[in-house]
Amino acid sequence: MSAYDAKKHGIAGLRQMAMIREFERRMPLLAEEKLIRGSTHPSVGMEAVAVGVSLALGTGDTIASNHRGHGHCLARGSDPARTMAEILGRSDGYCHGKGGSMHLAVKELGILGTNAIVGAGIGLATGAALAATMQGRDSVAVSYFGDGASNQGVLAEALNLAAIWSLPVLFICENNHYAMSDSFEQMVAQPDLSQRGTAYGVKSVNVDGMNLPKVYEVAAEAVARARGGAGPTLIVADTYRYLGHMAGDTEIYRSVEEVQRWRDRDPIAALVAELTEAGVLSETQWSEMQTEVADEVEAAEQFARNSPFPDSAWATTDVYEETRS
Amino acid sequence: MSMVKQLSMWKALNGALHDILEDTPEAFVMGEDVTTWGTGGGIYGVTGKLVKNFGSDRVRDTPISEEVLISAAVGAAMCGSRPILEIMYSDFTFLGFDGIINQAAKARYMFGGQFDVPFVLRTNGGSGGGKAGQHSQSLETLFAHIPGLEVVVPGTPGDAYGLMRTAVASNNPTIFLEHKNLYYDKGPVDFIPVPFGQARIARDGSDVTIVATQEMVKRSLAAAEVLASKHDVSVEIIDPRTLYPFDMESVITSVKKTRHLLVAHEAVRDYGWGAEFVASLAEEAWSELDAAPRRLGGSRTPIPYSEPLENAVIPSVNSIIEAVLAVRGSVVAA
Repeated sequence: MSAYDAKKHGIAGLRQMAMIREFERRMPLLAEEKLIRGSTHPSVGMEAVAVGVSLALGTGDTIASNHRGHGHCLARGSDPARTMAEILGRSDGYCHGKGGSMHLAVKELGILGTNAIVGAGIGLATGAALAATMQGRDSVAVSYFGDGASNQGVLAEALNLAAIWSLPVLFICENNHYAMSDSFEQMVAQPDLSQRGTAYGVKSVNVDGMNLPKVYEVAAEAVARARGGAGPTLIVADTYRYLGHMAGDTEIYRSVEEVQRWRDRDPIAALVAELTEAGVLSETQWSEMQTEVADEVEAAEQFARNSPFPDSAWATTDVYEETRS
Repeated sequence: MSMVKQLSMWKALNGALHDILEDTPEAFVMGEDVTTWGTGGGIYGVTGKLVKNFGSDRVRDTPISEEVLISAAVGAAMCGSRPILEIMYSDFTFLGFDGIINQAAKARYMFGGQFDVPFVLRTNGGSGGGKAGQHSQSLETLFAHIPGLEVVVPGTPGDAYGLMRTAVASNNPTIFLEHKNLYYDKGPVDFIPVPFGQARIARDGSDVTIVATQEMVKRSLAAAEVLASKHDVSVEIIDPRTLYPFDMESVITSVKKTRHLLVAHEAVRDYGWGAEFVASLAEEAWSELDAAPRRLGGSRTPIPYSEPLENAVIPSVNSIIEAVLAVRGSVVAA
């Protein structure tokens, strides 16, 4: 495993986090404009987890994401333009508009899909890890899920299966403290979620999910363990979503002060301060980086807006390998 | 290589799995108790000796965790493996329906055709052995209702072998429903893949067409003998072998000849696949029918335990005879 290097991981990570924030910031606006149908779940505030984990991954690794998954995909290298096009239901989207925000996959990047079923990616990633083992590939699988999904039964089954078979899988629990409107405190009696893994014989760690270097370090160690045949790791990242669960969330379940307390620990601001302190980032560089990602995401949005809607004949293709009528 | 052997269905399936593991490196078998129960081949022996020949990596005993087993098999299939997952009884698939219906069946479509999902779920359905409410259901209709799934219902050892070869070669998720009453029935096996969507004519006849699968094919064959000898009615029996894809053409061809149709299945009759068959035939070939088609199916009840109760809820040879005579317009007590 390669140790955290501010110049390398810090700068690359900061750029990705800023890009994801800029991308996700636009989601509620696009929803308001009715350019996004159904539900969309922005991950503003949680960027350090997706980016920290992705920095530890290599080509050939796979991820199974969840409903709040744009950040996971972008951090894994999905093209913001094609990602945005999918979210807008356009033909240039990765899934040609058939999936949208919650069913967005990029096979060539090992992205097995965002997923609209809470907890479903846990099993898929476990299977991806099994496939890698069976095929003798040196790759690991990642499942991203939230504190809400920690209460799904499949997690218990998957932790046990991955443990007995020493599967190369990282279970990344993003504890953002709310499952829709239900607080973590209200729905989980044992507040230390890492004990769920320990109970099944899975190496389990807690990490500050607002801190990119720390997330990277625990993820890199878990990836190294997995590649070395030592099996799965459960990483519980303490984090927070600044925006509502989705557009239209009244947020009556939390206070403005609480949100502000977390915003005061912003992972991007913290990383900028750290990199500046370390002398690897100047104010000018940061300002240029922000302009750069804003331009990139603006171009992605324009690309998506201008992408044609899919031909309605596509509605009946891809059901089977050879579509039967 | 035209080798034909007389084999029981479990042995034919065992042979299929053996041949698949031998010539398909991406394939592997997993399930609960598949290597250590009984004589070492799961509850019906189907996986017997596979672990000895292929090792515990490719033939895996698993914990009792249907939800993760099914979704992990789907994940593995999306990553280039060809998992063959045994679920001990089809009733247990409900614990993992998310993996089957929300993940496997939809992955190709939702993601715009990026992924193949060559996942085979082997399990058994059917009643008749006193296994009662939670070990005896016939769930083929539920699976056939879901776009994206292929549904296989082998009725003979030869079909079991050939359809299993096709299921594992298929890049679509396949629900492979064996019938627990048929595992020990013998028949010829020619070791040739059987394509999906091609019905088998189980019996030639000229007066009434019966569409049936598995145990109902057996009972229809017995009913046909009585109908021929006692009632001078010639029955043609069509076994569709796969419920999706579905060979409507063979049914229409048969009905053009017999002009009468009965569908018999063990799945609950109400909203069952027989209704789909009858409705499709009515839409496509109404003018070929001389009488209203009929359906026979399981009662709208769970499967009861006690033998006379269990016998009362599934179509019998007698009820098939009565239904054929009713379709012919001559209701006679059999």
